[in-house]
Amino acid sequence: MQIVVDLTLCQGYAQCVFLAPEVFRLHGEEALLYTPTVPDDQLERVRQAAAACPVQAILVGEEVSAGDR
Amino acid sequence: MTDDLRKGRIVIVGASLAGLRAAETLREEGFTGSLTVVGDEAYPPYDRPPLSKQVLLGQTAPDATGLPIRRDPDAEWRLGVRATGLDPMGKRVLLSDGDPLPFDRLLIATGTRARPWPNPEEAALEGVFTLRTCDDAGGLAARLAAGPRRVLVIGGGFTGSEIASACRERGLEVTVAERGPGPLVGALGGTLSKLAAAMHRGHGVDLRCGVTVTALHGDGGGRFIGADLSDGSRVEADVCVVALGAVRNVEWLADAGLAAGPRGVACDAGCRAFNMYGIVTDDVFVAGDVSRFPHPLFEYQMLSLEHWGNAVAQAEVAAHNMVSPGPLRRPHLAVPMFWSSQFGLNIKSVGVPSFSDQVVIAQGSLEARRLAMVYGYRGRVTAAVTVNMAKSLEYYQHLIETAAPFPPAPGAADRPMAAEIPVPSDVPDPKGLSHGPTVALTGYLPDRRLTVVQH
Repeated sequence: MQIVVDLTLCQGYAQCVFLAPEVFRLHGEEALLYTPTVPDDQLERVRQAAAACPVQAILVGEEVSAGDR
Repeated sequence: MTDDLRKGRIVIVGASLAGLRAAETLREEGFTGSLTVVGDEAYPPYDRPPLSKQVLLGQTAPDATGLPIRRDPDAEWRLGVRATGLDPMGKRVLLSDGDPLPFDRLLIATGTRARPWPNPEEAALEGVFTLRTCDDAGGLAARLAAGPRRVLVIGGGFTGSEIASACRERGLEVTVAERGPGPLVGALGGTLSKLAAAMHRGHGVDLRCGVTVTALHGDGGGRFIGADLSDGSRVEADVCVVALGAVRNVEWLADAGLAAGPRGVACDAGCRAFNMYGIVTDDVFVAGDVSRFPHPLFEYQMLSLEHWGNAVAQAEVAAHNMVSPGPLRRPHLAVPMFWSSQFGLNIKSVGVPSFSDQVVIAQGSLEARRLAMVYGYRGRVTAAVTVNMAKSLEYYQHLIETAAPFPPAPGAADRPMAAEIPVPSDVPDPKGLSHGPTVALTGYLPDRRLTVVQH
């Protein structure tokens, strides 16, 4: 599973950092860094983080699959 | 008519963020015809912003930034295939590999590439990099992990500054050479450029402004070992990153008769491309970094944006308009926005900071490294930049959208004295800078030097 965060929308509420600290972290006071490829054991936490984001900036989905090439 | 537009053949040239979001939107809007996406990189669509941040820090693998899809766009992906030409009469895209691709409607989303070092022999030295693709990032990240003695970054724009920040975080010595008076000055003007310079130096970057790099040197074996600067000094380094801004990928359109030039492909507010006579086409659309489009908030000048959010928003409008009849088409009116994280600061911008004559610090202060700076042009608000104050940005966006008077009225509780004192915005001519601004006002004309004489 892949994620991308729309950092144009992100305002640094950091709910995702509390819910899935292995995937989302703050760099300084409010710049968000994250791991785009979600480890399997973090899927549920990442889904919760996406749902909890106050500005709905986290998109969760699959990549374009290699079979489609 | 709507039914006809939802059928047929659509080709998207460009398989990055704009191409992907357009493909998804076409299906969401009910397009049931054939959809082909052509991309010259061999990878499915991936996200570029992490390449200068997480990837260089070694936290994310360079091939692990694939973009999630919102829905399966049910497209044929022609990846690793370059578009080499456009036949506007025959309505075909010519490819580097395989037969020409016929289309009923075309979306141009070929984006930009890194501006290369101008001397090809020097650029080919081992240890000299640009940073645009995941392959670039993989090569550079591996070199940074190997612990070079010093990294030279040429260009103090957003990319160059983020690279320098990542190097310092990894404990690497780094020199930044910038022709202009300071980092980020082309995008943010004089005051915030001074803050950026202080951040560079405070984090141990050897920042050299007002200099150009005149030559890159290799050892006998073709390995980069250092560079000469215009002030007569020499920098010894093992790695050099050329961060001189972007070049628009328009060469393949040279014979297409479109208004395509170094500043991009001109299109109208509905993303329809102009031809070189300034006549709008109805079957060729443009989105993302390669486009130039008029914006009413900035006197209808054509804007060229290298922004993630613009690629998404413009792709969605273009896709909607490709399958909608005239009265149902929408304009692309999104206010430009971008962000950069460097040296622990979160810098966000809304509007066009270079479209300004004065600025005020409306909240916070330079000393606190936390502020909102508002940009004005002839007495109205045209842009705002926040540093570690992202939650305020939306308020200033509203001021821009409503052409509010500048300087902005009092309101914020943390309003400093400086809010009363507008100072010149000091945005220099980009010609004098190593870095290009990622938002550029490019005038009014869908211009291209006419080389064809019609009889």
